[in-house]
Amino acid sequence: MNFPLPNFLPALPEIFLLTMACVVLLVDLFLTDRSRGATYILAMASLLGVCVLIALSFSHSRILTFSDTFVRDPMADALKMGIMIAAMVSFLYAKDYLREHGMFKGEFYILGLFGVLGMMILVSAHNFLTVYLGLELLSLCMYAMVAMQRDSAIASEAAMKYFVLGAIASGMLLYGMSILYGVTGTLDLGLINERLPNVQDKILLSFGMVFLIVGIAFKLGAVPFHMWVPDVYEGAPTAVTLYLAAAPKLAAFAMLMRLLVDGMASLHGQWQDILILLAVASMAIGNIIAIAQANLKRLLAYSAISHVGYLLLGVLTGTTEGYAASMFYALTYVLMTLGAFGMIMLMSRQGFEADRLEDFKGLNERSPWFAFIMMILMFSMAGVPPFLGFWAKLSVLQALVQSTGLLWLAITAVVFSIIGAFYYLRVIKMMYFDKAEDSSALIASNDMRVVLSANGLLVLGLGLYPGLLLAFCLATIVSP
Amino acid sequence: MLENYLPVLIFICVGLLVGTVMIALGFVLAPHKPDSEKLSPYECGFEAFEDARMKFDVRYYLVAILFIIFDLEIAFLFPWAIVLKDIGLFGFLAMLVFLGILVVGFVYEWKKGALEWE
Amino acid sequence: MEMKSLYLWIALSPLIGAVIAGLFGKMVGRSGAHWVTIIGVAVSCLLSLYVFKAIVIDGADGFNGTVYTWLVSEGIHFEVGFLIDKLSVMMMVVVTFVSLMVHIYTVGYMRDDPGYQRFFSYISLFTFSMLILVMSNNFMQLFFGWEAVGLVSYLLIGFWYTRESAIYANLKAFLVNRVGDFGFLLGIAGVLMYFGTLDYATVFANVDKVDGKTMTILGSTPWSVLTVICILLFIGAMGKSAQVPLHVWLPDSMEGPTPISALIHAATMVTAGIFMVARMSPLFEMSETALSVVMVIGAITALFMGFLGLIQNDIKRVIAYSTLSQLGYMTVALGASAYAAGIFHLMTHAFFKALLFLGAGSVIIAMHHVQDIRQMGGLRKYMPITWITFLIGSLALIGTPGFAGFYSKDSIIEAVQLSTLPGHQFAYFAVLAGVLVTALYSFRLYFLVFHGKERMDEHTRAHLHETPWVVTLPLILLAIPSVFIGAYYVGSMAFGNFFGDAIFVLPQHNVLGELAREFHGAWPMAIHAFSTAPFWLALSGVVIAYYLYMVNTALPAKIQARVQFLYTLLDNKYYFDRFNEIFFAGGSRGIGRLLWQTGDAKLIDGMIINGTARTVGWVSGVVRRVQTGYLYHYAFAMILGLMFLLATYVLGWI
Repeated sequence: MNFPLPNFLPALPEIFLLTMACVVLLVDLFLTDRSRGATYILAMASLLGVCVLIALSFSHSRILTFSDTFVRDPMADALKMGIMIAAMVSFLYAKDYLREHGMFKGEFYILGLFGVLGMMILVSAHNFLTVYLGLELLSLCMYAMVAMQRDSAIASEAAMKYFVLGAIASGMLLYGMSILYGVTGTLDLGLINERLPNVQDKILLSFGMVFLIVGIAFKLGAVPFHMWVPDVYEGAPTAVTLYLAAAPKLAAFAMLMRLLVDGMASLHGQWQDILILLAVASMAIGNIIAIAQANLKRLLAYSAISHVGYLLLGVLTGTTEGYAASMFYALTYVLMTLGAFGMIMLMSRQGFEADRLEDFKGLNERSPWFAFIMMILMFSMAGVPPFLGFWAKLSVLQALVQSTGLLWLAITAVVFSIIGAFYYLRVIKMMYFDKAEDSSALIASNDMRVVLSANGLLVLGLGLYPGLLLAFCLATIVSP
Repeated sequence: MLENYLPVLIFICVGLLVGTVMIALGFVLAPHKPDSEKLSPYECGFEAFEDARMKFDVRYYLVAILFIIFDLEIAFLFPWAIVLKDIGLFGFLAMLVFLGILVVGFVYEWKKGALEWE
Repeated sequence: MEMKSLYLWIALSPLIGAVIAGLFGKMVGRSGAHWVTIIGVAVSCLLSLYVFKAIVIDGADGFNGTVYTWLVSEGIHFEVGFLIDKLSVMMMVVVTFVSLMVHIYTVGYMRDDPGYQRFFSYISLFTFSMLILVMSNNFMQLFFGWEAVGLVSYLLIGFWYTRESAIYANLKAFLVNRVGDFGFLLGIAGVLMYFGTLDYATVFANVDKVDGKTMTILGSTPWSVLTVICILLFIGAMGKSAQVPLHVWLPDSMEGPTPISALIHAATMVTAGIFMVARMSPLFEMSETALSVVMVIGAITALFMGFLGLIQNDIKRVIAYSTLSQLGYMTVALGASAYAAGIFHLMTHAFFKALLFLGAGSVIIAMHHVQDIRQMGGLRKYMPITWITFLIGSLALIGTPGFAGFYSKDSIIEAVQLSTLPGHQFAYFAVLAGVLVTALYSFRLYFLVFHGKERMDEHTRAHLHETPWVVTLPLILLAIPSVFIGAYYVGSMAFGNFFGDAIFVLPQHNVLGELAREFHGAWPMAIHAFSTAPFWLALSGVVIAYYLYMVNTALPAKIQARVQFLYTLLDNKYYFDRFNEIFFAGGSRGIGRLLWQTGDAKLIDGMIINGTARTVGWVSGVVRRVQTGYLYHYAFAMILGLMFLLATYVLGWI
């Protein structure tokens, strides 16, 4: 056997991030609590560095390396950039919250960085092993982050549930992978795709595929593998909820694309049926249960479930346009979620979480500007034109309508989005038409104010130029 | 065929002999003042036979986890050492990186005080 | 700077002012609000003047292009674009200039109002909307501007929203405009249906392809497509430009803060309809039926709304009815294919009507918000600047030779005389008679306010004095163009080729072209006027007014008693309001109540809306219980899901 040195260059951003994460970890060890801000700055600098590295070497074609286990293509780069930005924004929003809640520890950032590394590996995976490696690196970090507030019973409970259910899902995923390895004799996604049509044992193949999809569905939080989502969103400290609600959605989307499109495109007919079921169930359950929620974090959890339903709609068409639409949707969703959780954190103070719907009553009197920002976000989530969310929904629906036989699905999606509009609009109603119970002014640092405003305005601004982001997504999806 | 196993037989016999003689000598020569602590199977740690759902110090887990990490490291090192010639520079560097990361983790746990019992 | 971004700045700078004054009113304070909006509009005005100079005086090329594509659907482009030619640049100058005057004037007029910043925000927003409307190069943007000015007018009329009458008036304006807008929207839909595009240039280029096509609406009678489109578009113009019978909102709109919003309605917004028809001249030219309708409607408005001005006692209302009547003149001009004359009158009218409105406002300030002209009189000595400027405005309005109004109005009257369309005899009679009526009500107002006995109470008289400079300065600035602008532009605008390609007239309709052959300059035209009927009619109007209100002041009451039925008819404004109230409002309320109680409350609200909502809420309440919080339930759900997928799909595929 001979092992030549592989081409490290495509993985340079990952290598950089790993090094930086180790550096941050070591530096943080020797910092006092008063100078903990340096950890934050270092972590942000690392993410920014990765961003720059990716931007400088943005790929135009598909490069495989590390014995074909690692792939770098435009989609991966675009998603990684999205992940970096989402992680940076969530770190920034989280800063004040963590300080106020006595959680401003280096571990948040270290785990966060390693989690981001996991996402990057997942995004670039081209082998079952890399998929699993990235997934577990990400998941383990997130379990620990949810449990970080050790004294909070609800957070520990959430972490426990997340961990146990995550382990079950990982087990199923591994089981699916091993079956597929059994029938194809390889772990390489590209080879699997080539060999699938020749597999004789269709039942075993289908078994493997279903298990695999269950693993993905868990990660995405699609019904009926969504049960962890509300409890974890609610239980985790808001800063952590923000982190795990935003960037990992992009990684999960990548996982879906890698496993189903790169790995099993030839089985499109089969997995399409499963995804349809998952999508419809997610849209239905997510939108309907959200109505009964009084806790905003929980409401956003159900909203996340329903959004995953819409996200799946694009992928299941099996067309390039559909994939691009789903990617557009994922990016849009992340942008809106960042803003919504950012609003919760903006309003929270020491000893006050601001995660109940009532806490938003009369926000307009307290801060018209941020009520306006929240209104943009809610309208966008509800899919009201001309905000970005509308175009995201429109593009997946368009992809559906263009593929044959799926018109009914598009209509179903529209019906559920109308039901869903109710609870978003209720938030707006509470902000503008109800009396505030607490009329103290909002306290927030300037960087948070600026970035949150920019976040909201971006949802509006990109909504006015919807073509930009969609064209970008379309360009990055290399047609299978 | 069977004669090949003769050394094994001799080894067993010698082993038995030495073991028995040692215990017998101790039994005969040693002072013999038993108490309940001395008679229990493990002098420290858990009671051997009681309800499994008892409370015990969470620090055991920490030590156990840390132990496992470094234990598994050895499991990687053995096969790596065997094929080091074949895998060349890349294999060597990969293990260095692996060990480097482990060292970072080790520094972390050390500085955090995870290795100190009190 | 590139021209395209220059145009963008013209449109956007008032919007920026409006946004700052509106959303951050508390932050910038009162003076901040008026400075930022005035600067915004001033920038817009200066840039408009610059563009005017470049295009009209230096003869630079216009611009027709897109600045932003909103979306493309089925090959139809929905865009924001600008069409800058001589027609739109003239409108831009008029709009921004009048608006700038209004802004300055408002500083004085609204000084003590609590809604100061809000008001500035509205009028700046109005300027923006109006600019979007006139600068548009496509129907969608036109409609946006159209609706936006409608919205702002709604907000302005209801500015004092605690007054019940203001709320009533703004609702009325909104509803009546809605009728017009519905027609307008149908017209645009017609354009889209038959032309397949919303772009002006493309539509105009393809007129001859659609000309001659017919459609059936009800039954099997064929209608010319162009006639239908034009009449529908004109219905929109009737709403916005207050033509009979959609004029009823305009007098009531005087409920807004006097007379600034009144001015916006009367001198600027209402011209949107006129402008639109002129802009659509390539369409209207192809349909004589539509032109004839336009002319007759305009003639009715010009004459009969003038009559109403004769009996009003509220200073603002007299001017409001005068505006209606003058709008009628413009519409008649459009109907006679004398688009240029209509626009010309629009421009001169904007100046002198703005002058009159602001003068009336000045009087109202001095009178401590008394608006009844029966309680005024002899104000000449107390407020000389207001007096002289108001006199200039009135002279311009009645068409005194040499003044601005004379040139525009006279061109219209002569153009109508030459028209050959059905109804031109009536229209000619109406506009001629209108001259007398105009002179009569204008000078009735003038004499009652500025001359004669001082009928106000002692307290008011003691405090009478000239208004501050922020009020009088716009008066003076407006008085200058009210005198000279007509003579200066009559040659090029009415009879020359001022508008170039912007306005299209068929050779057989070219009445202004015929007139142009007899036109030998502004001065000869004024001299010649002394031998024509309009001059003598106007003069007799003034004389009658002088006699009735200065000499024999008891006579009007006697006349009124003699022809009581006529007076009652006029006092009730020809019973339009009553008719609308009983027939349309009552009828639709009846239908509404029926639909509401049975259709809406029971069927839709009860079963569909609330029923669905209740069902969804109930389902939600039940389904959420699945989320028990127990880990083993969750794991069980996952396993069940897995089993279901396996059972459904794997077995299904075998």
